[in-house]
Amino acid sequence: MENIKLHYDVDSNDFSCAGEASGKIKKALKDLGFDASLIRNVAIAVYEGEINMVIHAEGGVIDAEISPEKVTVVLKDKGPGIPDIEQAMTEGFSTAPENVRALGFGAGMGLPNIKKYSDTMHIDTEIGVGTTITLTFNF
Amino acid sequence: MKENLFHSVRMDWDKCVGCMNCIKHCPTEAIRVRNGKANIIKEKCIDCGKCIAVCPHKAKYAQRESLENVKNFKYKIALPAPSLYGQFNNLDDVNYVLSGLKQLGFDEVFEVSRAAEVVSHATRKKLKENKTGKPLISSACPAVVRLITVSYPTLIPQLLDINAPMEIAAIMARKEAMEKTGFKNEEIGVFFITPCPAKITAIRNPLTLDEPVIDGAVAIKDIYPALVHEMGKLSKNESLLEDLQQSGRIGVSWSTSGGESAALLCDNYLAADGIENVKTILDEVEDGKLDSMEFIELNSCTCGCVGGSLTAENPFIAKRRLQMLRKYLPVSCIKYTDEEPESDKLDWEKAPQANNIMRLADNIFDAMRIMGEINDLEAKLPKLDCGTCGAPSCKALAEDIVRGFAGIHDCMFLTRNEYAKSNDPEAEMFREILPAPFRKHEEE
Ligand SMILES: Nc1ncnc2c1ncn2[C@@H]1O[C@H](COP(=O)(O)OP(=O)(O)O)[C@@H](O)[C@H]1O
Ligand code: SF4
Ligand code: SF4
Ligand SMILES: [Mg+2]
Repeated sequence: MENIKLHYDVDSNDFSCAGEASGKIKKALKDLGFDASLIRNVAIAVYEGEINMVIHAEGGVIDAEISPEKVTVVLKDKGPGIPDIEQAMTEGFSTAPENVRALGFGAGMGLPNIKKYSDTMHIDTEIGVGTTITLTFNF
Repeated sequence: MKENLFHSVRMDWDKCVGCMNCIKHCPTEAIRVRNGKANIIKEKCIDCGKCIAVCPHKAKYAQRESLENVKNFKYKIALPAPSLYGQFNNLDDVNYVLSGLKQLGFDEVFEVSRAAEVVSHATRKKLKENKTGKPLISSACPAVVRLITVSYPTLIPQLLDINAPMEIAAIMARKEAMEKTGFKNEEIGVFFITPCPAKITAIRNPLTLDEPVIDGAVAIKDIYPALVHEMGKLSKNESLLEDLQQSGRIGVSWSTSGGESAALLCDNYLAADGIENVKTILDEVEDGKLDSMEFIELNSCTCGCVGGSLTAENPFIAKRRLQMLRKYLPVSCIKYTDEEPESDKLDWEKAPQANNIMRLADNIFDAMRIMGEINDLEAKLPKLDCGTCGAPSCKALAEDIVRGFAGIHDCMFLTRNEYAKSNDPEAEMFREILPAPFRKHEEE
């Protein structure tokens, strides 16, 4: 059987659309009948990654691959890159500008939560080139 | 018909012209136009009444009782929903409405808002006891509860496990009537004056009770003209006006969105109305994004029950009128204490059942295969979501095809393009003129 592959474009600076890709991935997992707690983990982690793309990286693309054993999600952007991954992963660390914070984003909990809710998380980043975050969720 | 597939919302075969207006408005994508008629997929329908509101041909309707049926009982009790009070201009005394109902032939009137005050009291207690770290979700709107069973079954445990005010009102009213009159249970008919079809379905098929406790429902808009007439007579002859009012602002406010929450005396709540907003909020609850809230009130209809498809007045006007009426109401008329509850049947007898109709299959392997086929098909469809195939979206058509309920040739554009490529000389024209959605700007 072939895995289910889903692809979404994430627009930059469009907060009203942020959450669309994670919402659609969640809907697909629900239609497939996956376990509710797994769906929730995927939904939360992908949502945070999607928001980060909008706030920090001028948008990007999200690819999800669903197999009966696991969900793999790749979030890829051509943004500024992350200079210090360890620092970025620290709870509360954020470089979000003031206007974004005013919207309720930028609490610095996104990356830590992505780590918490996924089974594996790999960050590939290069300054000035972009960031690719690969997540897996096992059943 | 299997009783649990009973639906108040139905299609009138003679009136439906198959115009497709309704299919895109259905929150659960339960409508398909087949052979020129907009059929409702019973398992998916939550009786929200949205299709009734949008059909320009009045071809969707709510199955309900006429006032005539009420007469079959020896002792007749009316349970007016508080949204009824918002239907009248300059109402300053609900006794006109309640006495008017008696003039129409009811022997007794029991305000649902009175039971709502009992529910509010019980909810405050539940909120204090809730240590789950998750908000409780109101269970008063049956369309919302049904939506949860169909699309958000994981949220069933978060539903407030108290029966709906109309049910508690029926239980209380029946008990009082039996004690007062000596009539037997089956001699007493209890009828809800309803703003919406969701409640009618919930009466026949209680979501949280083992057996129905209400005998039928009369629509607000059906009873409205006769009631206005009786109320007019009462204002000329006040000797017939009785003091029947037994509820205050707390109970009556349940008729509009935010009213149930306001009665909880806790600020940490969210109230959303309109079925699309309800879906957005439920998605957020499901993702745990609203875990900091204590209570979530959801109403399927715009502005709450005053927006029901069986009311007579525009929801915003009804809401405004209730706002004016509030001035003349006491805060509450509750006689309830924790030691001496007014009703002993507050808690659910059973939890609403999850309905897995939205799932593609009962195991993940089959579901994945089906989804793969749907996605492949969807990629071939024109992504117009035009509805001319009778399905609400290209994706829905793809799913219908995979499930065997439709064929690929139901897509007019695909069929047309295929024909255009054929050798038929008549197809020439189709090669030259593209349908509007596919024409390039310059060609306009
Ligand atoms: N896709 C990305 N591209 C560039 N920088 C990022 C990206 N994602 C996260 N970061 C950096 O990591 C920091 C921490 O991210 P996160 O934990 O999600 O907190 P927040 O988004 O609230 O700032 C961000 O403030 C930003 O500096
Ligand atoms: S009542 Fe609501 S759920 Fe049922 S078919 Fe009509 S719009 Fe859809
Ligand atoms: S809106 Fe729906 S129910 Fe009404 S006529 Fe059109 S297709 Fe039929
Ligand atoms: Mg973030």
